Amino acid sequence: MARVWDFLTATRGGARLHWTDWASYAYLCAGVFLMFFPVLWLIMSSFKTEGDLQRYPPTFLPYQQETLMVEGFDDPLPLFEMTGGDYEGMILAQVRRVGLQAQMVDPTNPGERLRVSIENYRPVDSVTLAWENYTGLFDRFNFLLYFWNSTFITVTATLIMLLTNSMAAFALSKYQFRGRTFVLLLVIGTLMIPQTVVLVPLFLIVSEMGMSNSLWGVIIPGAATPTGVFLLRQYMLTIPDEILDAARMDKASEWKIYWRIMVPLSAPAIAVLAILAIMWRWNDFLWPLIVLTQSENFTLQLALNSFQGELRTEWSSLLAMTVLTLLPIALVFTFLQKYIATGIASTGGK
Amino acid sequence: MRIIEIPMLALQRLFGVHKLAWVFLLPNLLLFAFFAFLPIFLNVFYATSGGDNILLDDRPYVGAQNFNNLVDCSNYLDPNTCREDKFWRAIWNTLWFVTLQVGIMVGFSLLTAIILNRDIRARGFFRSVFFFPVLLSPVVVALIWKWVLQREGILNAFLDSTGIGGINWLVDAEWAFAWTVFLTVWAHMGFYTLILLAGLQAIPRDVYEAATMDRASPWRVFRKITLPLLAPTMLVVLILALIRGVQTFDEVYAFTGGGPGTATTFIIQYIYEEGFAGAPRVWGMAAAASILVAVVLVILTLIQLWVNRRNVDG
Amino acid sequence: MTPKILKTTALTAGVLALAAPAMAQELRFMCSTDGNECEVYEDILTRFEAANPGVDVVVDVVPYQAILENLPVQLAAGNGPDLAKVTDLGGLNEYYLDLAPHVDRGYWEESFGDFLTWYRGGDGDEGIYGLHTQLTITGPFVNATLFEQAGVEMPGDGATWEDWAAAARQVAEATGTPFPMAIDRSGHRVAGPAISYGAALNGPDGPTLSDDGFTAFVEQFVAWHEDGTMARDVWAGQGGATYQDGAQEFINGELVFLYSGSWQIGRMEESVGDFFDWQVVDSPCGPAGACSGVPGGSGIVGFNDTEHPELVAALIDFLADEEVYAEATARTRNLPAHLGVASAGVDYEGVSEGAAGALNGFAAALPDVDPAAFWYQGYAGNRAMFGITVERVSQAIVGELTVDEAVARMEEDLAAAMAESQ
Repeated sequence: MARVWDFLTATRGGARLHWTDWASYAYLCAGVFLMFFPVLWLIMSSFKTEGDLQRYPPTFLPYQQETLMVEGFDDPLPLFEMTGGDYEGMILAQVRRVGLQAQMVDPTNPGERLRVSIENYRPVDSVTLAWENYTGLFDRFNFLLYFWNSTFITVTATLIMLLTNSMAAFALSKYQFRGRTFVLLLVIGTLMIPQTVVLVPLFLIVSEMGMSNSLWGVIIPGAATPTGVFLLRQYMLTIPDEILDAARMDKASEWKIYWRIMVPLSAPAIAVLAILAIMWRWNDFLWPLIVLTQSENFTLQLALNSFQGELRTEWSSLLAMTVLTLLPIALVFTFLQKYIATGIASTGGK
Repeated sequence: MRIIEIPMLALQRLFGVHKLAWVFLLPNLLLFAFFAFLPIFLNVFYATSGGDNILLDDRPYVGAQNFNNLVDCSNYLDPNTCREDKFWRAIWNTLWFVTLQVGIMVGFSLLTAIILNRDIRARGFFRSVFFFPVLLSPVVVALIWKWVLQREGILNAFLDSTGIGGINWLVDAEWAFAWTVFLTVWAHMGFYTLILLAGLQAIPRDVYEAATMDRASPWRVFRKITLPLLAPTMLVVLILALIRGVQTFDEVYAFTGGGPGTATTFIIQYIYEEGFAGAPRVWGMAAAASILVAVVLVILTLIQLWVNRRNVDG
Repeated sequence: MTPKILKTTALTAGVLALAAPAMAQELRFMCSTDGNECEVYEDILTRFEAANPGVDVVVDVVPYQAILENLPVQLAAGNGPDLAKVTDLGGLNEYYLDLAPHVDRGYWEESFGDFLTWYRGGDGDEGIYGLHTQLTITGPFVNATLFEQAGVEMPGDGATWEDWAAAARQVAEATGTPFPMAIDRSGHRVAGPAISYGAALNGPDGPTLSDDGFTAFVEQFVAWHEDGTMARDVWAGQGGATYQDGAQEFINGELVFLYSGSWQIGRMEESVGDFFDWQVVDSPCGPAGACSGVPGGSGIVGFNDTEHPELVAALIDFLADEEVYAEATARTRNLPAHLGVASAGVDYEGVSEGAAGALNGFAAALPDVDPAAFWYQGYAGNRAMFGITVERVSQAIVGELTVDEAVARMEEDLAAAMAESQ
């Protein structure tokens, strides 16, 4: 035990913990709780039945009332534990309830009907995962098709965006030319206008170009994001010009300098941008909703929201679908996060 | 990549090295031209025309009437005296929100980045923990917190069990506003933490070592060394946070719907409801409002850049 | 052109020519669902496909938001589907395909009567545009078990809103229930009580949301929020014109009286289960004497941009057939708008006695609908009026505006909206 304690309290330098270290760890642990618990709560909730979701106070684990097949009845009957009255302590199955009275039957003696007041019983619950929330989705949707559409849009748009943005950032950070400031201001200006407010003119343009109802109608406008140019340019400014000049001395073409030197050196920034781009495109909702109207082109986010009706929302299916759409992006992140970590560490060395 | 390299080489011969910058810019500028500038340009036509028609040909020209309606106010501080009271409520809400949200978020991001920059164990794990919410879609973020905060949610269940008693968070205007700030900080601070952390790690170690030799207090080190050297990164963070703050929409729309009343209705939601979700759809007013907002944002950014340049030069 | 390119072009053309007839018969049906409607229609339409070889009806299930916000933009840009299930019945009239030339007018008029007017552009329009598939009517749900526990007698026939409010408060107090009453957050839902308080809606000078009757109701409604009779969560828990119902509170047994509508029956049956007894009662009356609910719902329409108008008309006509309509109504648990089906009675499938009773209770309330309520549902500008009501009344409830200011704003907003849509 002592060795574990030593391990936990030792800093990298080998010295004992200072109070600021304690404060840091306390802060970080609070952070872990705050960041993860709500998501965990969502995941647990996605395994609850529609009825269990409405229960108060809510339980962390999903519960379902136990039922039992009793002789002489066609359907399984719900079980209740008696908390008072003549049958206190017994577990009875409910046949039917009228007003405040319930008609019960003892499973071991199914012949006799017992009448109890509903104040005297409590349902018998057990932890049960409502997998039907998930399996129901696969019956209902062409899940794989939507998954493929989402993946295709995300991957293609991310690649296009990374390529065009890094080229533009290269030009804006490493060349002196007339109009550079103007272009830079245009980029920042574009940053100001959220897509939401130009939805209508954008849709008219896209449908004039014949891209409505096709995946390209989501991909191409999605690639026109200025944040990437801005981020990459700021990063590329920190790369010393001498490297480029040395390469030019060696008669490397400009494209080669971009592709062989700038791109690899900007890898950490590109990785961050890649994660952002993947996430934006994967989570996109409003724009695909207006461009894609035919179900063979739907993305997962559109399918997710088809549970929102005019008058009612099916929470159990909605939560399950949310968890499913979350999974792939969490996987991509765990995969890429190591790369970012090394990327940042290596920039730190300079 | 040879397919691109050969034509690029030819272009380089043709234009020379410096003009080649435009070739590198071209694909991106084309995308921007069609899908960013052209829509903004069309918005000007919407802003100067009336009616509820979508097609520009069918819209009558009304001049500056939409703009006049928006700014028709006898007292700008009291939205009730304005013709478009909802617009001014949204403006004031947004101003309050951005000030609080950007301040709190950048503060916490900086604190987190500094802590993550210390010699701590499992740094990679902690870093991804804070970044994790950035991956969630706005709708999911809203859903999660709505689920936690609803009257019968886990937070109230916890408060009930401790005897404090639950609060109907999202029905009370002040609480709803506070939770909106919290929610957006929660969802986005990981992104800024990451940028600031990269900035901190780029500060050379020997600067700090010299300070330690001089026995400077940690606070002094932070103020005299860390902050100035972090300034360029801070500028990026502030500009992005400010712009994103003004553009806050999806999360809040799914979270409170802008309520209670109009307590959390921000400017983009006003534009969206006016032009898209409302009935009748008043595209003209929505476009006019979006242009006003864009102008204000551009001015704000220019001021920020200018202040920064002066600081750097001075 | 090289021979190879020529060959490819020829091949492509050939493939296109081959594919063309199959493509030509595809119909896209945009549908959003509150339960199982889209599934049921997809199933029923397989019979239509079987009867019309080569026709392929694709049902695109979309979020309701897409129908409400995006469909109008798509239609304006000429990119709409062939048919859709819509709720903004009169508002989209300019895009509707007139079915009259393709269907038997006598049968439609006899079967659907006044419901056809909801889809028309205005006076003098005699077209047949839509099939009203989901007829709804607003009305109250009551938690009967709570009444029994409290030992309070339920107000009977002809009870007023005040009677119900008093009874619900008494029950809530006696049983420790947090909320006595709630009305869904929707301009459509409050129209019923407003009419009962004397709102004309269609006044002598055109549509109005600010006459004495409407003001009286808003005053009462706000006062009820202040004294805790109404659940604040429903109206103050949202912003804008967003719809919010009080069903969750009701299902949890925390609400005595919920003013919602017939479409909630399926959900009540599923989610309340055996937890307590609920029942549907008549719409309460107001000082003005009316005791009206508001009809509503959605219907299937064809669009005039379609390449196959005859086929679209044939499809809708197929669904309008008495037998098919009765089957769809029974399976989707809706009220019938088809007068023949309604008079024959619907045999709801797999529905408990209580729910069937509730459905019939709502159906029985239809004849009591006030003419103002019927007009409101059919008025093309009603969406604007719904939205304005919700926004301004909410502001009055949370205290951003006084009742008088809210009513004045409603009047201005409505005038602006009418001017904008001229």
